[in-house]
Amino acid sequence: MAGGVKKFVVGSFDDEAVLFPAVKNVRKAGYKIHDVYTPFPVHGLDHAMGLRETSLHTAGFIYAITGTTTALSFMSWVFTKDWPLNIGGKPHFAIPAWIPITFELTVLFSAVGMVLTFCYLCQLSPFVKKHHFHARATDDLFVMVIECTEKTNEADLQSFLEKSGAQEINVQVAETGWWIGRYDREQVLYREEKGF
Amino acid sequence: MNNQFELTASYKKWTWGLIVAGVIALLYGFIMLHPFAPVAHGGEHHDPTGATRFWAVLLQNSVFWLLVVNASMFFICVTTMAMGGWQVALRRVPEAISSVVPILGIVTFLVLMAIIWGGRTDIYHWLDASAVSKDPILNGKSGFLNPKFYSIWSAICILMWWLLGRKMRTLSLESDKGGTMDYETGKKWIWKNTVWASLYTVFFGLSVASTVPWLWLMSIDAHWYSTMYSWYTFASTFVSGMSLVALFVIYLKNKGQLEYVTEEHLHDVGKFMFAFSVFWTYLWFSQYMLIWYSNQPEETKYFIERIGTARKSGPYHFIFFLNLFINFLCPLLILMKRGVKRNWTMVTVMAVLIIFGHWIDLFQMVMPGTMHEHFHMGLFELGVPALFIGLIMWGVGRYLTRNPLVAKNHPFLKESMIHHT
Repeated sequence: MAGGVKKFVVGSFDDEAVLFPAVKNVRKAGYKIHDVYTPFPVHGLDHAMGLRETSLHTAGFIYAITGTTTALSFMSWVFTKDWPLNIGGKPHFAIPAWIPITFELTVLFSAVGMVLTFCYLCQLSPFVKKHHFHARATDDLFVMVIECTEKTNEADLQSFLEKSGAQEINVQVAETGWWIGRYDREQVLYREEKGF
Repeated sequence: MNNQFELTASYKKWTWGLIVAGVIALLYGFIMLHPFAPVAHGGEHHDPTGATRFWAVLLQNSVFWLLVVNASMFFICVTTMAMGGWQVALRRVPEAISSVVPILGIVTFLVLMAIIWGGRTDIYHWLDASAVSKDPILNGKSGFLNPKFYSIWSAICILMWWLLGRKMRTLSLESDKGGTMDYETGKKWIWKNTVWASLYTVFFGLSVASTVPWLWLMSIDAHWYSTMYSWYTFASTFVSGMSLVALFVIYLKNKGQLEYVTEEHLHDVGKFMFAFSVFWTYLWFSQYMLIWYSNQPEETKYFIERIGTARKSGPYHFIFFLNLFINFLCPLLILMKRGVKRNWTMVTVMAVLIIFGHWIDLFQMVMPGTMHEHFHMGLFELGVPALFIGLIMWGVGRYLTRNPLVAKNHPFLKESMIHHT
């Protein structure tokens, strides 16, 4: 993911009921919503923001069948080719005995794979520092972040957000990409322009 | 609110068509299979007669369909106890299905009593008193496996499902009469529901999840036992019960009823169908693997009668694996996707497939111990379930036309209306 320095207009709301129509209006007006940060999962917000369905479950399915295949192929190789043992007179190719292990590996692969994929999608990793648009986004504020493009008129956008019911509005500059060890420059890039 | 539902002409046509088809199959059985002919004595491995076929088919179908309709009351009770709110919009559908329990209960009881007191030792070997006295295993079980206990306990079970289920339905219908409940009234009403639901659930554990499958089905193979058996039967009938709920919900939705039911609710019913298919497979496999691994002759007998051995394929080989294919692989791979569980057509197809699959499952549980390798899958076997399906459609239709389809004063209705998965 290529990093880049971008300008954002940040509007903070203290009420879910105000946030929803605001999200709709902002999208309708053609502004590009970067993200909305909320203290708790808000039902239907993804829908209102027009986010696509996550592909995490597809990834999970692929990890799962990888686990199934790994378990079955490894065990059949071990027990028929590499080290055949007579266990209780059972055939070497003894599928019922392998099913529990196959199941465990299926679950393990899909669980671990999905956690890692989730971390990647959310850009979470050790040593990565995230830019916080508003400290109270983890407490009691719904923070809507709008990305400024070359066509965006900041002053218009700020007054638009004010009319939509935002309690606090400011402009921030932050890096959009992520890379391990790159966020030491974050403080330099971060600047406040209004309010806060 | 458009509450009163009129059955369409095609629904009535299908109901009576299926009942007539079933009655014809039953008459065929009465005339051609001589169900009341005495059992030919020949030890445990007697040759099955027409009468064996008649009673085995009736046993399979009556037990299966009774437990399937009974499962919907279990669904209501556990969701009530869990303070579930999402199912309230469609709650009248499982209620309607459970109202068939008395009808199928009486049918089942008559079939069971005819088998027990008609001395059908070709169905239940333990009915043969002279064989039991010479057999230490059956003798040891005779405190449990005897006609008196069987009859009394079967009667108590059917009666309790009937009465406790009726209490739950009455409570629900009573709430329609008053206006919207205030906080205190609603709280009391929910508590009352919870108490009756817990009584039903405890009794359900004592009957469907333990003793009833032991008596009605597992005792066909009287020497054999499995500790998984009752859970297995429960899983089989519960997943079919949820599929039946899904079918009626989709039917009513097609007719413009159940205005608050959306694809969110369908999604949750679909999750039940998916999850309990996997749960059924877990029990299927656990039962199979433990017996396969320990390899005790008295235990493996059950599977040898079905799939056979490595050298000689058994008569139920195909049905046994068809069962696993329909009830595990199909739900797992098809119902896994979110979009499928929210698709009315796909859920309909899967519900029909699951009910058929578990009917096949019960077939392979009943037939090997009674018909041995001489089982039939003919018009009689397919005609008798038509009678039961017709009876279910008749009973459900009756309840749906007589009662409002939305529990409009249920305190959790709002929660169900805004349900979002």
